Amino acid sequence: MRKKYLIPLEVLGIFLAIVWLAPFYLMVVNSLKTKREIFEDTLKPPSSVTFDNYVQAFSELDFLRTFANSLIITVISVVLIIIFSAMAAYALSRAKGRISTIIFFVFVAAMLIPFQSVMIPLVTVFGKFEMLNRAGLIFMYLGFGASLSIFLYHGALNSIPRTLDEAATIDGANRFQVFWYIIFPMLKPITVTVGILNTIWIWNDYLLPSLVINQKGMETIPLKMFFFFGEYTKQWHLALAGLTLAIIPVVIAYFFAQREIIKGVSDGAVK
Amino acid sequence: MRTRDLSYWVFLMPVLAALTLVVIAPLFLGIYYSFTDWNGIQTKGFVGFDNYIALFKDERFLNSLWFTTKFSVVSVILINLIGLSLALLVTAKLKTNKVLRTIFFMPNLIGGLILGFIWQFIFTKAFAGFGSIVGIESLQGWLSTTSTGFWGLVILMSWQMSGYIMVIYIAYLEGVSKELLEAAEIDGANAFQRFRSVIFPLVAPAFTVSMFLTLSNTFKLYDQNLSLTGGGPYNSTQMVAMEIFNTAFGRYDMAYAQAKAVIFFLIVAVVALVQVYINKKREVEM
Repeated sequence: MRKKYLIPLEVLGIFLAIVWLAPFYLMVVNSLKTKREIFEDTLKPPSSVTFDNYVQAFSELDFLRTFANSLIITVISVVLIIIFSAMAAYALSRAKGRISTIIFFVFVAAMLIPFQSVMIPLVTVFGKFEMLNRAGLIFMYLGFGASLSIFLYHGALNSIPRTLDEAATIDGANRFQVFWYIIFPMLKPITVTVGILNTIWIWNDYLLPSLVINQKGMETIPLKMFFFFGEYTKQWHLALAGLTLAIIPVVIAYFFAQREIIKGVSDGAVK
Repeated sequence: MRTRDLSYWVFLMPVLAALTLVVIAPLFLGIYYSFTDWNGIQTKGFVGFDNYIALFKDERFLNSLWFTTKFSVVSVILINLIGLSLALLVTAKLKTNKVLRTIFFMPNLIGGLILGFIWQFIFTKAFAGFGSIVGIESLQGWLSTTSTGFWGLVILMSWQMSGYIMVIYIAYLEGVSKELLEAAEIDGANAFQRFRSVIFPLVAPAFTVSMFLTLSNTFKLYDQNLSLTGGGPYNSTQMVAMEIFNTAFGRYDMAYAQAKAVIFFLIVAVVALVQVYINKKREVEM
């Protein structure tokens, strides 16, 4: 691109960035107003900043507990997805043959199945076995998350030479040792990608927890947000404070790991 | 490792068990239930294709299918257009390009449910406020009519997903060789010709990927639909995913909802496969 175009492009970029951020700006600005002031003017900054909305939203959302619930479910699910998908992909990539091809194909094909197609039997069957709880939810995330993760690991594993496995085996390592001490550390870049993609999805998921988590006090952030919003639907000052609270952890995480996150998402889509 | 080794099955066991119990078994069980009069607890017997015949006369279902299709087509085009434009913008040598990437991508990190609520506020309150300042009546009451509800969903999805698609296009754009572009410039190609004849064919594979992602995301949309319009007014902005949910857990018509879910699966699978097939073929020709 020639230099003379750069300044107008720069201006265009900044303009678009403002447009992109406008919804967040309006959310934060109005969350600091009183109910009446939002009603009078939504676009202006608040005349006097009040944090009362946040105090009330924080306690009604039971924010610390809700946050912890989301964190526990997301961390355990993602760790299990990483460990078990990497192991499965390793087995599938090392034992070539018809059985591995079929199993790999089934995993990839499962990505095409929309959640709604399995939702109803899934919930009724898990309900019968009293598995509509946190453990059941984590198990479901493993099932739904495995496909893409195995696909990504499989691609990475195919470029790690088998002679490495053989050398380690000759040195006396068993299957698990070869995998854990030699192969898994080499998969680190793809593990970061798998971790990021699954974290974004599970942290933000609403539908599955809404069907599975039915005990009070176990709600994840999106689930709690739904109930909270339903209660305060006409009280935007509280609703917006709640929404801002829900977003803050994500924004902080993004601030620290933006490069890894963008790269992870791009690698996940392109590979 | 061989497929008859015990370690092979030990390595595969956890994900194989999870996939079977969570996806495969429910899929087949669901297909079975769709031919019965199952009510979620028990079945009295087979009803053959009754559920399927009924859903082709079900106006609510057909409307949701049509609304979803319209929404997906418009969104896919807009998201790809905006995504590619943003990618071209931030790969120009701007001083701000890193910050811009970060900002455009940000909505994707936040859940669809929360984004829908934020935009519900923008459309109902901020639009109305802005409308009364500049004196545009039509900005009042967004989301309260079918067509503004439709565009509300399109705007929300375009704003959210363009940044994601941008990231994919960037990955391919950065792979376009500088020498090739310089050579084209020396040969007298202008910016438009360079884009059409050099850049565009080289990013065609990105188009396949992003088409697949946008299409499957918009077709299966649920969270944003629920939180932005809730399907209203009068179920007119209800997409298929939500229609299935409401048939099942709102009206407890389980077998019938499951028949809709099976049709939904077939549509998604066919659309996805056809789309990838067409795009792949087009790539080869270029």
